[in-house]
Amino acid sequence: MAYTQILIAGFGGQGVLFAGKVLAYKGLEEEKQISWLPSYGPEMRGGTANCSVIISDTPVGSPIVSVPDILVVMNLPSFDKYENAVNAGGSVFIDSTLIERKAERTDINAYYIPATKMARDLGLPTLANMIIIGKVIRETGVIDMDGLRDALAKTVSAKHQDLIEANLKAIEAGYNYI
Amino acid sequence: MSKVLMKGNEAIAEAAIRAGCRHYFGYPITPQTEIAAYMAKRMPKIGGTFLQAESEISAINMVYGVSSAGLRVMTSSSSPGVSLKQEGISYLAGSDLPALIVNVQRGGPGLGGIQPSQSDYYQATKGGGHGDYHLIVLAPASVQEMADFTVKAFELADKYRMPAMLLADGTMGQMMEPVVLPAENSGKTYEKPWAVRGTENKREHNIINSLYLVPEQLEVKNLERYERYKEVEKNETLVEEYLTDDADICVVAFGIAARVSKNAINAAREKGIKAGLIRPMTLWPFPSEAIARAAERVKGFISVELSMGQMIDDIRLAESCKKPVVLCNRVGGMIPSPEQVLKAIEDMEGGER
Repeated sequence: MAYTQILIAGFGGQGVLFAGKVLAYKGLEEEKQISWLPSYGPEMRGGTANCSVIISDTPVGSPIVSVPDILVVMNLPSFDKYENAVNAGGSVFIDSTLIERKAERTDINAYYIPATKMARDLGLPTLANMIIIGKVIRETGVIDMDGLRDALAKTVSAKHQDLIEANLKAIEAGYNYI
Repeated sequence: MSKVLMKGNEAIAEAAIRAGCRHYFGYPITPQTEIAAYMAKRMPKIGGTFLQAESEISAINMVYGVSSAGLRVMTSSSSPGVSLKQEGISYLAGSDLPALIVNVQRGGPGLGGIQPSQSDYYQATKGGGHGDYHLIVLAPASVQEMADFTVKAFELADKYRMPAMLLADGTMGQMMEPVVLPAENSGKTYEKPWAVRGTENKREHNIINSLYLVPEQLEVKNLERYERYKEVEKNETLVEEYLTDDADICVVAFGIAARVSKNAINAAREKGIKAGLIRPMTLWPFPSEAIARAAERVKGFISVELSMGQMIDDIRLAESCKKPVVLCNRVGGMIPSPEQVLKAIEDMEGGER
């Protein structure tokens, strides 16, 4: 029985909460048990933001992720803060455009992906978050790629439905990054 | 019934609408503003009223007005705002008016912080305003319960003619979980022959009032009200017991603290420690019987709270100080970790008491 605890952290404005929502909505589509908990308050735009997502076959206990199986970091302060929290054998996904250092721990899988640069090159500068999510899907299989469009349609607000394709493109780019 | 992913705050708002609430009055405050935002969007579309009052005090008195007319009505706020509402809540209780007050608690006292807390337990369960009265206090521990307890609160408030409070916290308000929303027009409704909405010259005037200058009359009012409270205590106490059948150590926690505690209890069981959880779903009435029953066989109780220890008093009263009760807490917007709760369980298991 899988019980996967995910922590996504970065600066406000990087789409950290949105990235978590995509995972949560897709998990719901796959009939998993879900919780999504944001940090809230003055962190928006510039401060640090994070969100806890749990995707599970069994009921979710505490929605607060303190020992993540999957850690996504989109800035150095978040990496410094949470690296030691990762569950042994867990995975950390690092935006290597913004974070120069490597993981210090050897008992976790570290994946480096220049998401911010790739997003810029693809002409999707605001979607580095989705590029990392693509990589997370590839390496962990926590959700399936199949049916992602439906989950995105639910995550993206009604007036931004035109952005679904761009999001998909970014996720695929991350998924295919070796 | 399909599940949707919703924030706890949004689930409260949608459930209230589906329970027939068409009047919402409030004033924005983190971490419950999504309730007001949701109502602002929805109410005008369904012929309801959303009104952002000039203050929390105005909002609760608008609630008094609508409730007097016999309609389902609510307000919501977070800790400092709920303090401001206390006068109005006492007046609602003194006038035997049903209403829903939502408190998505944050750290205090004073302006405190915006992170989750459970430190308004005393205020919610022991009065808050002046005079002898109770609120029915429901404590949701999931987004599903945020929705379900909203409907239940309206039902109970109408049934017993008293205000009900949903006592949540910042985590419950902000987190998203799958929820099956209640059906439209759900929730039992009750005749309200006492409401003031025109006599059509067919009956005597109804009067909604909390002023009784003749002490004999005021005493009767108080005694009548407490008869009703006895009925509530008898009929409406809600509690979840988790792995308590064979438990040596009994954790007591509500809301987010209960979620954290379940993780700790599962971890303790893996280590061979028989721990269980009593989760009050109503804080008033408090599930004293469940606690008293557990006191017959457990080694001790651990009260897990996001406060300096408020519910712990009710646990001690319920078990008549038969067994030790220890506090495991964080305050100021911090949340106990499962590891902290597990340590408290291990300490009780190993300690000679």
